[in-house]
Amino acid sequence: MVQDKPKGSVMVVGGGITGMQTSLDLADSGFYVYLVEQSPAIGGSMAQLDKTFPTNDCSM
Amino acid sequence: MNIELLTLSKVTGIEGEEGNFKVFIKKSPRYVRMDKCIACGACAEKCPSKTPDEYNANLSNRKAIYVPYPQAVPLKYAIDADKCIYFKKGKCKACEKLCPTMAINFDDKEEDIILNVGSVVLTAGFQPFDTSKFDTYQYGKFPNVVTSLEFERILSAGGPAAGHVKRPSDKKVPSKIAWLQCVGSRDLNRCDNEYCSSVCCMYAIKESMIAKEHIGQGFEATIFYMDIRTHGKDFEKYYERAKKEGLRFIRSRVHTIAEADKTGTLKLAYVTDEGEKKEEDFDMVVLSVGMEPADSAVEAARKLDIALDDYKFVKTDSLSPVSTSRPGIYVAGVIQGCKDIPQSVVEASAAACSASISLAPARGSSVKEKVFPTENDVAGQDPRIGVFVCNCGVNIGGIADVPAIAEYARGLPSVAHVQENLFTCSQDTQEKMVELIKEHKLNRIVVAACTPRTHEPLFQETIQNAGLNPYLFEMANIRNQCTWCHSEEKERATDKAKDLVRMAVARVALLEPIPALSVGVNKSTLVLGGGVAGMTSAISLADQGFPVTIVEKSSALGGAAKEVSKTWDGKDVNAFVSGLCAKIENHPDIKVILNSEVVNAAGFVGNFETTIKTVEGTFTVNHGATIIATGGKAAETEEYLYGKNPKVTLWHDIEHDPERLKYANNIVFIQCVGSRDEARPYCSRICCTTSVMQAIFIKEQRPDANVFILYRDMRTYGEKEVLYKRAREKGVVFIRYARDNKPKVTEASDGSLSVEVFDPILQQNLLIKADILNLKTAIEPSINEQIASFYKVPLNEEKFFMEAHAKLRPVDFASDGLYVCGLAHYPKPIDESIEQAMAAAARAATVLSKPSIMVSPLVSQVNAEVCIGCGLCAEVCAFGAIVLEEVGAKGKRAKNIPASCKGCGLCAASCPQKAIDMLHFRHSQLEASICAVA
Repeated sequence: MVQDKPKGSVMVVGGGITGMQTSLDLADSGFYVYLVEQSPAIGGSMAQLDKTFPTNDCSM
Repeated sequence: MNIELLTLSKVTGIEGEEGNFKVFIKKSPRYVRMDKCIACGACAEKCPSKTPDEYNANLSNRKAIYVPYPQAVPLKYAIDADKCIYFKKGKCKACEKLCPTMAINFDDKEEDIILNVGSVVLTAGFQPFDTSKFDTYQYGKFPNVVTSLEFERILSAGGPAAGHVKRPSDKKVPSKIAWLQCVGSRDLNRCDNEYCSSVCCMYAIKESMIAKEHIGQGFEATIFYMDIRTHGKDFEKYYERAKKEGLRFIRSRVHTIAEADKTGTLKLAYVTDEGEKKEEDFDMVVLSVGMEPADSAVEAARKLDIALDDYKFVKTDSLSPVSTSRPGIYVAGVIQGCKDIPQSVVEASAAACSASISLAPARGSSVKEKVFPTENDVAGQDPRIGVFVCNCGVNIGGIADVPAIAEYARGLPSVAHVQENLFTCSQDTQEKMVELIKEHKLNRIVVAACTPRTHEPLFQETIQNAGLNPYLFEMANIRNQCTWCHSEEKERATDKAKDLVRMAVARVALLEPIPALSVGVNKSTLVLGGGVAGMTSAISLADQGFPVTIVEKSSALGGAAKEVSKTWDGKDVNAFVSGLCAKIENHPDIKVILNSEVVNAAGFVGNFETTIKTVEGTFTVNHGATIIATGGKAAETEEYLYGKNPKVTLWHDIEHDPERLKYANNIVFIQCVGSRDEARPYCSRICCTTSVMQAIFIKEQRPDANVFILYRDMRTYGEKEVLYKRAREKGVVFIRYARDNKPKVTEASDGSLSVEVFDPILQQNLLIKADILNLKTAIEPSINEQIASFYKVPLNEEKFFMEAHAKLRPVDFASDGLYVCGLAHYPKPIDESIEQAMAAAARAATVLSKPSIMVSPLVSQVNAEVCIGCGLCAEVCAFGAIVLEEVGAKGKRAKNIPASCKGCGLCAASCPQKAIDMLHFRHSQLEASICAVA
């Protein structure tokens, strides 16, 4: 636990599926999130996949 | 709204400590104004500079001004300065001339940003292994040798081949493709990646199955592998299905690829299990490349000053799997270690949980809330419809006759105002729309433009800013459905656009304002099960100030982990479990009820009511969230003389009897006892690693003892592969057996045991005298049927709980407020149970952290007068959102629970009485729309 009152914001580095999920969970539970991504758009490697097991959903 | 995207940005440094970090960010220029760009694409169309498209694995080209892919977020163009002709030669600026919104800004500059944050989570991912390092596979030299990521793009309908699989050399449809596994994984000879990448076996099977679907009859897929590692939930069944559908699996490393002829056909040379040398031709070869920590991720980790392991993954400990070496900085995803999508998503939520615990006192201090003006009451008003017709630059206006569509709209019933816009979605148009709505007293709005999938929320917000309820809105998609797909038939595109506008106007006139729906939230959680998963989720919530009650059916906490002595990386599990128990006993916000069971449950997200039975009687607990962590255990067996001969042991028995181990000369492990068979067609995931660890332990104590592991596929996934290698170095003998030729165990008259097994390398049977035989029986779930029926959550065929979505919602159920973790979900090692438990806590916190939660008000509505109580609606509802209620003499009537309803409409569609209507999609509203065009 933090001694003084901590900041209510979090930085997430990386905007792939993992970073997006972390950001959503934090923002949905009362924290302000800075999502830092090096490319022009979030999405990461998963956006490149054609279909995913088991539903054959397009990864978008 | 509470997520701020910083794209084109990198971390350059960090100061401070947990709770109060100062982070330095460098943001590269985009050269496109985000507030002006409407992603019309006019710039890219005319940009003269082409460059390989990274998104399509460099198989096609993109322009220097680009969006990475059509669904990109943010959907804003960017200029790649390294490729832009203006930046190289000082002239061009074609994009600037063509941009209709003046969004291009060549003067954009690099920016330094300082963020003040309480925690940091690193999720910066992986890069595929660079195959050009290997000369054997001729990647880069032979065009028909491609990587798995390239093949993924070739398969994709949005990829360079539009989903038509063709081989690169001559565009012929390939009829024979080989996948080569472990390229850049499990390999110390030609690269430094000793670990298993964990995902390649499964994606190779998936790619070959989808290729088979695309190519059809006559297609042959072959996968060359070392061990097939389908250890994930339902993966083994997919592997079995692939075999049944004719995919060929050959256990061999291909040693040479040569070109067979001038067309680019490839000749593969390999040695079979039987030692036979073979050569075979294939049209294409796909290299199943492994994963490595991305260079950029490693750089970010170094800037954040956190420790890395030997392979440059972020160093963690299996008992605190998302904590890095620096307090307040957490890690998730492949940069923590190779893993698949579901495991990454679990870990993402676990990292969110860790960050939430350390920042709990500051929850809510930095978030913003949107405030809208008071809503106008439109009840009793005649509809005054505003229609906004969009040109979308040339996207619509270049094909369809927008003035004619607007003129047509003016003549439709109840239309009070029509406006044409160049770009209806631009920021200044939003302000204009608000003014027009007020000026003309409009009370229903139609936007005829693009797709509601991307733009409906924006326009709903705009009309809310003008004092209208967001549901008094309808879109007509005259771009995708008219000008894009009928671009060659301008008149017909215009006619169809008129039809769509007429339909939208007919429906919008009947739309009603729908008030926001919120439900109160009880802040406490009920956790079912007091094992590692249950205890971890309880502590994770209670440490954030949310009270928890644990219901445990046995007389003590600890669960299946009590049997386990060490984690795969050597951490003491007994001490860890005792620590958890002690923490729980002393935690003011956790209440434990031992020797208890759930006997009934009712309610919905935020408001559950569970009845619990103990020896002292039954009582009710009210709670806002429910976490199911009912665990599992090693199955019993009748195979291999278990229970008949005392030398035959299960799982951890061997660790609990050190005396016997001291005098045993031959110790034999048999894997997959009751796993991966007819009755339990799944892999129990943890057995290979456990046997390998036990074998290493024995060899360390007694180097002279003979240790044999009889296995089917060695599934020491991820960095656990290192243990497998260590065991082999220590002289543990691994013998592979086939499912249809299992080892035979016999007992002599003196009680001694013999194990007979066929050795595929020696090509003969071996007879081993076993002093101890250890069986790794399947991990099976606790009996879950009743709990599943109380909470209306599904089980899979093997009686594990079934999550809402195998990849994207691995701890949620389809119904809100219910979560699953640990062995109740699927067999998994302790580190993964801890992660999933923390993830369940993080997901529960998204509900518990608010006094009330907003749920979508687009729900079903039952007309009790017309309902006959047949119950079909309740039966088809996947969310438990419809219940049957006794209404006196009339019998039963359906009643909907709005908080649980997802508005799917299945109930309304199935009701034989048409007694159910969907708000916003009433029969009358849909009929009006259809009749307008009929």
